[in-house]
Amino acid sequence: MIGEEEMNSTGKTFLTDYLLHLADDALILGHRNSEWCGHGPILEQDIALTNISLDLIGQARSLYQYAANILNESHPARNVSEDTLAYLRDNREFKNCLLVEMPNGDWAHTILRQFFFSTYQFFLYEKLVGSVNDTIAAISAKAIKEVTYHLRWSGEWVIRLGDGTDESKERLLKAFDMLWPFTGELFHMVEYEIVAADLGIGADLNLLRSKWDEKLKIVFQEAGILSIIENKIKPGSNWMQSGGKIGKHSEHLGFILAELQFMQRAYPNSEW
Amino acid sequence: MHEEKIFQDKLDREIKIEPQDWMPDAYRKTLIRQISQHAHSEIVGMLPEGNWITRAPSLKRKAALLAKVQDEAGHGLYLYAATETLGVTRESTIEDLNSGKAKYSSIFNYPTLTWADIGAIGWLVDGAAIMNQVMLCRTSYGPYARAMVRICKEESFHQRQGFEILLTLSRGTVAQKEMCQDAINRWWWPSLMMFGPKDDDSPHSKQSMDWKIKRKSNDELRQQFVDICAEQVKVLGMKIPDAELKWNEKKQHYDFGQIDWEEFWNVVKGNGPCNRDRLEARKKAHEDGDWVRKAAMAHAKKSKHKKQQTKVG
Repeated sequence: MIGEEEMNSTGKTFLTDYLLHLADDALILGHRNSEWCGHGPILEQDIALTNISLDLIGQARSLYQYAANILNESHPARNVSEDTLAYLRDNREFKNCLLVEMPNGDWAHTILRQFFFSTYQFFLYEKLVGSVNDTIAAISAKAIKEVTYHLRWSGEWVIRLGDGTDESKERLLKAFDMLWPFTGELFHMVEYEIVAADLGIGADLNLLRSKWDEKLKIVFQEAGILSIIENKIKPGSNWMQSGGKIGKHSEHLGFILAELQFMQRAYPNSEW
Repeated sequence: MHEEKIFQDKLDREIKIEPQDWMPDAYRKTLIRQISQHAHSEIVGMLPEGNWITRAPSLKRKAALLAKVQDEAGHGLYLYAATETLGVTRESTIEDLNSGKAKYSSIFNYPTLTWADIGAIGWLVDGAAIMNQVMLCRTSYGPYARAMVRICKEESFHQRQGFEILLTLSRGTVAQKEMCQDAINRWWWPSLMMFGPKDDDSPHSKQSMDWKIKRKSNDELRQQFVDICAEQVKVLGMKIPDAELKWNEKKQHYDFGQIDWEEFWNVVKGNGPCNRDRLEARKKAHEDGDWVRKAAMAHAKKSKHKKQQTKVG
């Protein structure tokens, strides 16, 4: 028999896992976008993408802080914080989906990655605003305002690139080929997501999929690439990559963490 | 003659010169040169600091640094807009930077080697910039003065943030304290150089003072900066790397050592440790962005065309 204390802590693992998953998604994409800062194609867009980075890192912080509170309640001596969670976990402990760790590539890659993710995040947070968990609901209520803007901005850029020049359209389609196999994982529910959804804390991702598809169709239609895309994604012929949510990542994440965590690893136990 | 009189009269009465006003060609040229240099400095300045965004040691510091570098981009935008009021396009101004024709502040040709450099840049580099910028809030050209008021508010926030980074390091571990002192050692002299050549060797200073573009001389501002830093460094418990730094009771100012002018002129000429890297990074961003800007323009044109057709229909 599992003792009551142990059961409580196992029972809560799904919640911290779920929070870490949401936070890791936001942190890693925020980190990727921040690599553009100072190198953007147009000054105004450099500022816009940095804004999105800041929003995502802000979301990650709220979620890590909440996860840290829960972890400290069960093991006060561990002294967990937003920074220990971001900087002292290794590759296999990160629970972000593979899409967000994909390299920036050119502007088309960055835009399309953001558009895929923001569309997903928009419908996810729309649902999580009604979570039975008050903290998650509150974080989502703040985040959805930000994500609404991210979705509009990235969607407008998808249209601009698809409709712009031959070169921009070609680059967008190339980005699509690269990124599409990583979109399946967004809706592929892992255990902590299933538990969270069953308890009304998380969202049933199966219910979001059709909304996501619908939004993509509208934007791709306006970008003038819908028929080409529909030809590319014939049912049954598209193998999707997954594993990030359960800690099986691409080779890219290790390098992100090497950079992200460098200071905390090189100078442990310091205040910054 | 009449126009020149009105211009001089405005200067004398401290009335701002506005874009539609008549102004001497040389005044316009000086402003274009100075404001665009200032804009370029903001943009190039994003690079050494941006260098630490992905490695910032905590999430709080990461967010603050990102926001700071984003502010620099915003400052670049207001300043490019101010140069446009003088009749030059943003594109041609940026072209002058990328071709190496236009200058930017030499300070950004030094590398950021450790996290403490981010603190030192905030404290010393932004601190030196503020001295100059506070003066420029009263500059005679209206759009420039107004841009400066906005920029100064944000810069003083950055400076406090930088000082706070150093303060945290100065109270930290031995390694952190060493990192802090090392950064001050490396950034001190280049920061003093930011005020430009000595008054005797400054070719544009006299005319700029007469036109009230500048209000204080290079040496005056530099002295003011040394006096402030010499006190602030005590709060950090660190040292300024100048054996000759000493309070002079008679002058009521700090005496300080000789600046290495040979280094100064060499960095200005392009021989600083990062001149090539900085320019290459700017050029690369511009060239890589070319197809993006073309796509945006093509789409805007098509959308406009579509709208017009719908109206006609």
